[in-house]
Amino acid sequence: MEHNITPNDIIDFIYAEARMLDEGSYNDWLDLWLPDGHYWMPLDYKQTDPINETSLLWEDSFMLRLRVERLNGARTFSQKPKSRCHHVIQRPFVDIFDLENGEFQTNTSMHYVETRLDDQILLALTATHDLKLVDGKLRIANKKVELLNSDAAFGNIQLLP
Amino acid sequence: MKSEQIKALIQPHQVHRDVYTSADVYNAEMQHLFPNVWIFVGHESQTPNKGDYITTQVGDQPVIQVRHTDGEIYVLYNRCPHKGTKIAIDRAGNTGKFFRCPYHAWAFKTDGCLLAIPLRKGYEDTGFENTDSSKGMKAVGAVKVYRGFVFVRLAKEGIAFDEFFGGSLSSIDNMVDRAPAGRLEISGPPLRYMHNCNWKMLVENQTDTCHPMVAHESSAGTAVKIFEELGSPEPRPAAMQIIAPFMSPYEFFEKMGIRTWPNGHGHTGVNMSIHSNYDAIPGYFEAMIETYGEEQAKAILDENRHNTVYFPNIMVKAPLQQLRNFIPLGPNKTLAESYVYRLVGAPEKLVAMSAMYNRMINAPTSIVGHDDLEMYERAQEGLNANALEWVNIQRLHKDDEDYTEEVVENGTTERQMRNQFAAWLKFISASVEDAPDTSGSE
Repeated sequence: MEHNITPNDIIDFIYAEARMLDEGSYNDWLDLWLPDGHYWMPLDYKQTDPINETSLLWEDSFMLRLRVERLNGARTFSQKPKSRCHHVIQRPFVDIFDLENGEFQTNTSMHYVETRLDDQILLALTATHDLKLVDGKLRIANKKVELLNSDAAFGNIQLLP
Repeated sequence: MKSEQIKALIQPHQVHRDVYTSADVYNAEMQHLFPNVWIFVGHESQTPNKGDYITTQVGDQPVIQVRHTDGEIYVLYNRCPHKGTKIAIDRAGNTGKFFRCPYHAWAFKTDGCLLAIPLRKGYEDTGFENTDSSKGMKAVGAVKVYRGFVFVRLAKEGIAFDEFFGGSLSSIDNMVDRAPAGRLEISGPPLRYMHNCNWKMLVENQTDTCHPMVAHESSAGTAVKIFEELGSPEPRPAAMQIIAPFMSPYEFFEKMGIRTWPNGHGHTGVNMSIHSNYDAIPGYFEAMIETYGEEQAKAILDENRHNTVYFPNIMVKAPLQQLRNFIPLGPNKTLAESYVYRLVGAPEKLVAMSAMYNRMINAPTSIVGHDDLEMYERAQEGLNANALEWVNIQRLHKDDEDYTEEVVENGTTERQMRNQFAAWLKFISASVEDAPDTSGSE
């Protein structure tokens, strides 16, 4: 199967992921992840250490599942009413295309909009995806989201770029 | 505002909504409360070398913390004495041996003294040397570096540092004692979380032990549910250590205990706390024994205070080496900056734990923080309702409460909130009474 993967398949995967987040298909989205993957959103511009310095997010599979399940809880007060989000993404660069090992990396610029009640925020960011081909399916091994203004003071950012 | 108007806002069991919503009260706080008490500025490890500086605010006053050429830390108002231009606006940097205003190149030593003005002869025979502008960048009234933490009193005269904080310094002591080398270092920049609510709501929430199991059910309760669905795996996922204890029952928080000290300081977690049951980190206790001996090391680590409020506007979490600074930006706007520190001489895993707690609980992306902010902002908006002008702070209130003494009480009392308002009234009204009559300018 591996040899059938093309750079376009990688790019389609990134678009499809963004659509899942916009449409709130979170269970499908969680299924994209490999169990030991991390979602990293650095706090500092060009931060290199996700562990010993504070990040905005450094979430393992347990935290991502918790985040997603919480959205639908009966007493999730900050999501009454629910937020909505919208990704506009630039065509991803496929920076690593290693067919032999089934490992790929993309770099994607995007504008992310999140809204709730009368408030709407716009974030400009670059997402780096590490993808792996496992049993013929592309999966997310790690994802890093670098906000252009990561050092700015924010109110709530409740959904995921 | 006049002293009587301010006094009328505080009753033993309730406070008037104006303390959270009124611009006049906010201005009175900035003019009469913040200048007359000791306010946190930064940590000395943020400015380790000569010329290093950080910019921040004390109340609404822009200041610079800088390491002078003599090695001492100075705190200066961030304003050129010429036209008012802020001298530095980056959050941290190194200015070398002097500051230079970018507008007209007035230069100042790092203790604020005027060093040079271009074309200085233009000020000859103008009486310039008699003006405040000729005296350089003004320093704050007093600076105290306590175990690495930099505090200032803007007013030249006023309550002494030790008298103001008294026994509450034991929480900072415990936090620093937890370092085998006896000192802390900052680890990375702080989280910066903007809140559309009054700064006091954040401070009061630090010792509000009746909200975690309610407001945070969606995060802590769901964490417990998922953990059980997974068959309660060991070792526990990190979130189970950090977030799940928020679901502890009321009885747990009652037994945790609250201690209050004079001048508005106090802490939750006297007997134990939600931080008592963290997994031990290999090598840490051994390093502590090497410094302190077993008995003292054990005593330091057995103290698991939850949140210590240093009146008026910071919280210290000693077992996790965290400090939260609630910077007022207006009656209904507050910036929460949350720092973590490294225990010098301890395994790296400890600072990893602190950073994890910080991002899980205190971040604008935190599923715990989301619900706190939601409550504050709903309260800020709800207070507009004319149905009721008072906010209740009566839980476990006794008629004979004396806030000038140190006491330990049931962990669900709102005594610490009353203690804060007693200090608020004490300092703000004393200063208003001392101030020259400004009636007509209100």
